[in-house]
Amino acid sequence: MEKFIRHTGSALPLRRSNVDTDQIIPAVYLKRVTRSGFEDGLFSAWRSDSEFVLNKPEYSKASILVAGVDFGTGSSREHAVWALQNYGFKAVISSRFADIFRGNSLKGGLLTVILPQEQVEALWLAIESDPTTQVTVDLESRTVTYNDVTCSFELDDYTRWRLLEGLDDIGLTLRHEDVVTSFEEKRAEFKPKTLPALA
Amino acid sequence: MGKTLAEKIWEDHVVRRADGEPDLLYIDLHLIHEVTSPQAFDGLRLTNRKIRRPDLTIATEDHNTPTQNIDQPIADPVSKLQVDTLRKNCAEFGVRIHSLGDIEQGIVHVVGPQLGLTQPGMTIVCGDSHTSTHGAFGALAFGIGTSEVEHVMATQTLPLARPKTMAINVEGKLKSGVTSKDIILAIIAKIGTGGGQGYVLEYRGSAIRELSMEGRMTICNMSIEAGARAGLIAPDKTTFNYIKGKPHAPKGADWDAAIAYWSTLVTDSDAKFDAEINLDASELAPFVTWGTNPGQGLPLNSNVPNPAEIADAEARGAAERALIYMDLTAGTPLKSIKIDTVFLGSCTNGRIEDLRAAAEVIKNKKIASSLRMLVVPGSARVRLQAESEGLDKVFIDAGAEWRNAGCSMCLGMNPDQLKPGERSASTSNRNFEGRQGKGGRTHLVSPLVAAATALRGTLSSPADL
Repeated sequence: MEKFIRHTGSALPLRRSNVDTDQIIPAVYLKRVTRSGFEDGLFSAWRSDSEFVLNKPEYSKASILVAGVDFGTGSSREHAVWALQNYGFKAVISSRFADIFRGNSLKGGLLTVILPQEQVEALWLAIESDPTTQVTVDLESRTVTYNDVTCSFELDDYTRWRLLEGLDDIGLTLRHEDVVTSFEEKRAEFKPKTLPALA
Repeated sequence: MGKTLAEKIWEDHVVRRADGEPDLLYIDLHLIHEVTSPQAFDGLRLTNRKIRRPDLTIATEDHNTPTQNIDQPIADPVSKLQVDTLRKNCAEFGVRIHSLGDIEQGIVHVVGPQLGLTQPGMTIVCGDSHTSTHGAFGALAFGIGTSEVEHVMATQTLPLARPKTMAINVEGKLKSGVTSKDIILAIIAKIGTGGGQGYVLEYRGSAIRELSMEGRMTICNMSIEAGARAGLIAPDKTTFNYIKGKPHAPKGADWDAAIAYWSTLVTDSDAKFDAEINLDASELAPFVTWGTNPGQGLPLNSNVPNPAEIADAEARGAAERALIYMDLTAGTPLKSIKIDTVFLGSCTNGRIEDLRAAAEVIKNKKIASSLRMLVVPGSARVRLQAESEGLDKVFIDAGAEWRNAGCSMCLGMNPDQLKPGERSASTSNRNFEGRQGKGGRTHLVSPLVAAATALRGTLSSPADL
């Protein structure tokens, strides 16, 4: 995974709450067997409206998405994270994320930043009045900075460390393989097994 | 202090705990399907890793599969490639798979319980958010993303932060015509789509105890629609009786050992939940959604709400947008809304009891000529069971379409989709914009409301017939 230390770029205001993963990428786009190429499905239904914020040329270079509350609700599809990343987003800011989406984003290196709703509103106003406003998301100091505003955000130390180092979760777990093996030796006998398949 | 049910299961699965790190949790069962697994298998190949426990892993095909002409090759080449990829991956990594046409094929969350693989006290994961369904057995079950799918494949564990717990107490007796679907829709309307975020929900109370296993599965299934990754119900005699005799149920001495353990899986009387909400089952009525998220629901006897009367600015804006998308006017009686398609199926309401309940309403009647009705059993076994009871004839004689098993129109990934502007009454779980097809409009309902709506052509309950 690519390290995430800090990112500076322009930001796109998505003034909608409850943006579910079916909006981020509809199911018909989930048939690919690769991890790339999902950008064409990103917000595909809304993009057919020329007034949709993603279609506005002043936001065409945006790499930070600033969304309403409850972003990423619904399906567990990690394709939603891939679609945002494939399109060029490095971070998403909202006052609340759905659990599974947030977990997926932090596994895949798309930084999801939780700010209080008032700070999200203030950021929306700033990037709407000047779409070229440069916003910095700094994971080292856990801050979002733009113009003369600095907002702090929380992220647990472990996840922050993993993202700063760009570490692969599976590799980290495999360091403790012996502990997994000894746990397995104590598992109850009556727990079901899928193999061999029963006739 | 005592422990909640969720805490007990959690503690029983902690492989490793270290300061400042998430707990490493052992996973007892990993369910796999074609949509969220191919990139995980690729990841294993790239890193030269194997599946640690193929004997705790099982795959089926459901999201992308057609419900008609299943003896023919899948017509959509992209869908076919995805399904073929799953078959190849399972063969390469030694995973048991139930493919289209196999008697055990079906929606992954219907297949696990019917095989008896879903049991109390287990940790169960799947790359699908409705994995919460299995919580009905007193298992800790939740949806995961593809990175986590790969993690479970490689290690049979997941690093997870411990969730908070919320009790949802549902006391009292349901009125006739009110079902578990109405309970969960009412809960989501009450706490909102983010209300359960960060929590494991435990459904408790006399109304929950009274429910069948299938009714309990419907409730736990939609925990994710309240923002909770998992929801569960303490196992009891109803649970044990359901599992007994299933193909993978414990037998002999194992059964006794299992029962002894399962019987400890209750929240201790002195345990504390982080949050608690109460609902009176006797006050509930058939529920239906009017908007574009599952929290936007009301009793069927209500009118479409007026956004101007909603105090919270965020909720007001969401309601305004929802009414535009749904093409509804504030004040319109919900019962006057005309429906084009009735969908009976999904991991929420595609089990045998759901089909029986709907068939009972429809028996010897005809569906309205203005609509079509799709009946999609949750699994091949459910379809066979229904056919042995003659339910297929009931639906076909009424003018409905009797299909093969799969996720179908719940998410519109296969050819079963709404057309732009079409309106459905659907027993599924999500009324998101375009969920059932681009431009489609969805009203979530129970199987009873679906059946009555099919007969009348407008949103209706059996009491309206």
